[in-house]
Amino acid sequence: MTTLAYGLAAKAIVWREMLRFVHQRERFLSALVRPLIWLIAFGAGFRGILGLPVQAPYPTYVSYEVYMVPGLIAMIQLFNGMQSSLSMVYDREMGSMRVLLTAPLPRPAILAVKLMAGTLVSVFQVYAFLAVAAAFGIVAPTAGYLTLMPALLLTGMMFGAVGMLLSSTVRQLENFAGVMNFVIFPAFFFSSALYPIWKMRENSEVIAWVCLVNPFTHAVEFLRFSLYATMNWTMLTLVLCVFAVTFLLAVRGYDPGKGLRTKGRAG
Amino acid sequence: MREKPVSGPTQPLAAPPETAAAPPPTPALEVDAVSFAYRSRKVLDTLSFRVERGRFTALLGPNGAGKTTLFALVTRLFDSPEGVICIMGKDPRRDGAAALGPLGVVFQSETLDLDLTVRQNLHYFAALHGLRAREATARIEAELAAVDMAEKIDVRVRDLNGGHRRRVEIARALLHGPDLLLLDEPTVGLDVPSRRAIVERVHALARDRNVGVLWTTHLIDEVDPGDALIVLHKGRIVADGQAADVVRASGQDTLAAAFDALTAAEETGR
Repeated sequence: MTTLAYGLAAKAIVWREMLRFVHQRERFLSALVRPLIWLIAFGAGFRGILGLPVQAPYPTYVSYEVYMVPGLIAMIQLFNGMQSSLSMVYDREMGSMRVLLTAPLPRPAILAVKLMAGTLVSVFQVYAFLAVAAAFGIVAPTAGYLTLMPALLLTGMMFGAVGMLLSSTVRQLENFAGVMNFVIFPAFFFSSALYPIWKMRENSEVIAWVCLVNPFTHAVEFLRFSLYATMNWTMLTLVLCVFAVTFLLAVRGYDPGKGLRTKGRAG
Repeated sequence: MREKPVSGPTQPLAAPPETAAAPPPTPALEVDAVSFAYRSRKVLDTLSFRVERGRFTALLGPNGAGKTTLFALVTRLFDSPEGVICIMGKDPRRDGAAALGPLGVVFQSETLDLDLTVRQNLHYFAALHGLRAREATARIEAELAAVDMAEKIDVRVRDLNGGHRRRVEIARALLHGPDLLLLDEPTVGLDVPSRRAIVERVHALARDRNVGVLWTTHLIDEVDPGDALIVLHKGRIVADGQAADVVRASGQDTLAAAFDALTAAEETGR
């Protein structure tokens, strides 16, 4: 196949993922409503309780809702990454993944394009969320909305790769829901999404340390700085490293025959 | 300085070489000494066979014989740890994705996207094989017409019956002009007229387009006497030849009786 042919194939994979997203309106609604509930209910409750000092990247004091936004963006992407992986397990069991894997394309490229397709869906969800948040008066600098885009692509790929790695370890679709509960909620709560790390440290050094090593924290902080048009090189490096390692492990561990073996169809 | 005389075609310096025999055509599929085990349970034991282009080869075996495992190995859903599998002379493990180019596949389970229309499904597949939109459109129309599905092109797959979905899957598998077509029990769950139509269509494909066909089945009536036949039982090949010859060699009158005898002999032989 030529480079053009590879491009056509990649475009088709992205197109199919987008089409699937369009067909699943409830997926889009839940992706939008979930962070909004957090923003409105949680933000209203904690606004008066939690005092936030001036800290980078914020130029001045910010309300708790503004502090929460990057964490909620990361939550959207984490959920989407896990859902994309869930769809890969589903596709593996239902067979459409087999069609993709018997196409004359390198397997790592197929998985990378699948990740990118899922990430683009999450970017769309994030900007829809930011638009609604802006309607509630929660806005970022205009330039930040632009600098956020490449950061979203990278963090989306990272979450997708983590999900793909998880999907390569589960045998059946039913097991994946359990894995998600053990990943999504701990990742979200033991991070800087809801509270700054120093706030955690006031109560427990151990929890603060867990938050510091949690890759979700790195993604949240990278997004926080990007939304304010500021580069945080340390977080960028950490996100890149986590993406590279998890993607390589996911490609290595991906076994398209798993669904066949599990269902006993491999007669 | 005189140049050496150049010998012309009428004055050969040496006797002309004997006419070299044409090399045998590359088989569409060659399986050589392939074995496979799920953990300690061996499901395929040193399989070797060929599927020639232009021939309909039936892979017949009871449930659990190892047909689907073999299918998964050929399509690289599993990697074969032992033996060699070549598609049009290329080993997918060595030549990578390129070896899968000449391969068309119809899986046992449905693999069409139910929420997409027939047109969208086929365009998606065509793009995966690098076909440009205009060429893809022409081929989609031609292949759908060939399976009498042209009028269903804008119908969502969810709204098609089982027989129609199978026809669309066959049309899809042929879009990129494969040299080898693999079909894993493609008539499971279909009524008799649909089954008959698909069997006839695939026979015609092998004959008219010089496609090598490997058709796995456990339904004996899908095999014609002139087809190449491989009988698989408990992971081993117990017969390989033209269907009529296999029947004759078994000393039976019908393929059904020959199949029973072959598999029963294998049972008692163990």
